[in-house]
Amino acid sequence: MIEELHEEKLQDLEEKANQIRQLVIETLLEAGSGHSAGPLGMADIFCSFYFHILNHDPKRPDWEDRDRLILSNGHICPVRYVTMALAGYFPLAELKTLRKINSRLQGHPHRTALAGVETTSGPLGEGISQSIGVALTAKLDKKNYRVYCIASDGEQQEGNTWEAAMFAAKYKLNNLTLVIDRNNIQIDGFTENVMPLEPLKEKYTAFNWEVKEVDGHNIKAFVDTVREAHAIFEKPTVIIAHTIPGKGVDFMEKDFKWHGKPPNKEEAAKALAELRTLQGKIQSEHQ
Amino acid sequence: MLNPDLKLNEHIFDENVEMVPTRNGFGDGLEKLGEINPNVVVLTADLEESTKCEKFAEKYPDRFFECGVAEQNMAAIAAGLGISGKIAFIASYATFSPGKNWETIRTTIIYNQSNVKIAGHHSGIVTGPDGATHQATEDIAITRAWPGISIIVPCDALEAKKATIASVDINTPVYLRFTRDKTPTMTTEQTPFALGKIQTFWTSQKPQVTIFGTGHLLYYALLAATELEKEGTNVFVANVSTIKPLDEKALIDLTSGSQAVVTVEDHQITGGLGGAIAELLAKTKPTPIEFVGLKDTFAESGSPKDLIEKYGLGKESIKQAVKKVISRKNS
Repeated sequence: MIEELHEEKLQDLEEKANQIRQLVIETLLEAGSGHSAGPLGMADIFCSFYFHILNHDPKRPDWEDRDRLILSNGHICPVRYVTMALAGYFPLAELKTLRKINSRLQGHPHRTALAGVETTSGPLGEGISQSIGVALTAKLDKKNYRVYCIASDGEQQEGNTWEAAMFAAKYKLNNLTLVIDRNNIQIDGFTENVMPLEPLKEKYTAFNWEVKEVDGHNIKAFVDTVREAHAIFEKPTVIIAHTIPGKGVDFMEKDFKWHGKPPNKEEAAKALAELRTLQGKIQSEHQ
Repeated sequence: MLNPDLKLNEHIFDENVEMVPTRNGFGDGLEKLGEINPNVVVLTADLEESTKCEKFAEKYPDRFFECGVAEQNMAAIAAGLGISGKIAFIASYATFSPGKNWETIRTTIIYNQSNVKIAGHHSGIVTGPDGATHQATEDIAITRAWPGISIIVPCDALEAKKATIASVDINTPVYLRFTRDKTPTMTTEQTPFALGKIQTFWTSQKPQVTIFGTGHLLYYALLAATELEKEGTNVFVANVSTIKPLDEKALIDLTSGSQAVVTVEDHQITGGLGGAIAELLAKTKPTPIEFVGLKDTFAESGSPKDLIEKYGLGKESIKQAVKKVISRKNS
């Protein structure tokens, strides 16, 4: 059961999401390579999962009954690592090791390197299928844990995605919730120029999924939508979360050039200053 | 002579030797596993009957998943099952799985260390009339390069059943290679089987050549050995059912007397059993080797018998390779 969000918790989550963004910038600056736009755009959703939605225990990442959060588009892993560290899976100091030799924080997440990342991912289009496998195990073992999968919009271009969509509907996997990061960008440009995805909602409806749309930066609305998905029993649910790539950092927002590169020192300083100002705004808004 | 310790089929050289496809052994093994291991699940991609999953599917419908024609999806779903406590078998033709879905398996099963057994069917040119599109002849090469995979190529249906059952004894990924066509039964129920072990099927005094075979062509190696013996040439014939990890000690021991090797496989010479043995001997004890296998070519439609003849994988080709390697050794 996911609790309804009250005002105090919401403010806490919004502040945490801002903290996640700042840590993402600092972590990417230290790493010297990696993706900026996706992690910033998904900070609110990762924050919602780790600090409100998931039934999990950072001290027992292998706990059999935990909810699974499976990241299909592995390249946005900086936001996952940062959020996991904040949640207590590992020390914050370890974020400095991202993408470096002997690190548990691989450039794309690797299951056996770091407990809690659930799967190895990076090559696109494979996460929904892996989530299906785990959801099938839950059904076979009569377990109540839920499987959440986060996927990008770009990877909806992979054929494997639609193979998985058909399968999940066939087996009525109501314990699976897919969240698509609909930020409209991919490496080569805007999704609708590279390879149009629309009408995306209608595609999933036609594939016999329950489809919901939400503002991916409205934590309250997102949590409510996930709660609604739990009430759907006859099919899997996809939540199309509309997000702004680079959210929170003005010069990165909606610019696909920030898909796959980190900020340099000056850019990071500028981004952090902006995010710190934003943190003050969040606090005053809730007063 | 046939190695008496292995209790091999006494009728192996009879004209009417029992012929069974190795895929049947896979089906029998799955059926047994369904009974003894509740965590075993099976997935197929629209090839339930032809990959012999039907008995498992009928008896254990809750643990059988029909994926439709979608090999990548099948592999990654199996990966999810394998990391959450199940032992997942995926069954398709080897050209599609691990062929078409190679990267999916690499990422989600091999690197991810998921407990998945990949059953590649219709391997080798003995797939026959379907033609080269369906004859998997590179599957050993493309799986052997993966770190941490075990590769098993059963020589007959009985060994296929034992190998299928034994594959769940290790909780890491396994590739099992099966054939469509009926092939001779060389072993018996009593023949011992152990993963990772080379077995000498044909022994002799002072062998001049050691023949390492894998899969159904081992039968032709045995036929060659009987004729060679009559012609005064002594050989060993060893069954390399586990290609990875290679039984290095046995391989070196079996080669130390003969100092000459012939490898036999229904697969491209590049990257298969011959390649694996050449890599080992090159770094331990450089030894002349002749390779019997597909020589950098696709085959074609035809009967298995005609294809084996045309592409040089049969008894006569093996005998020629033995003679050639002896002359190289002595030159």
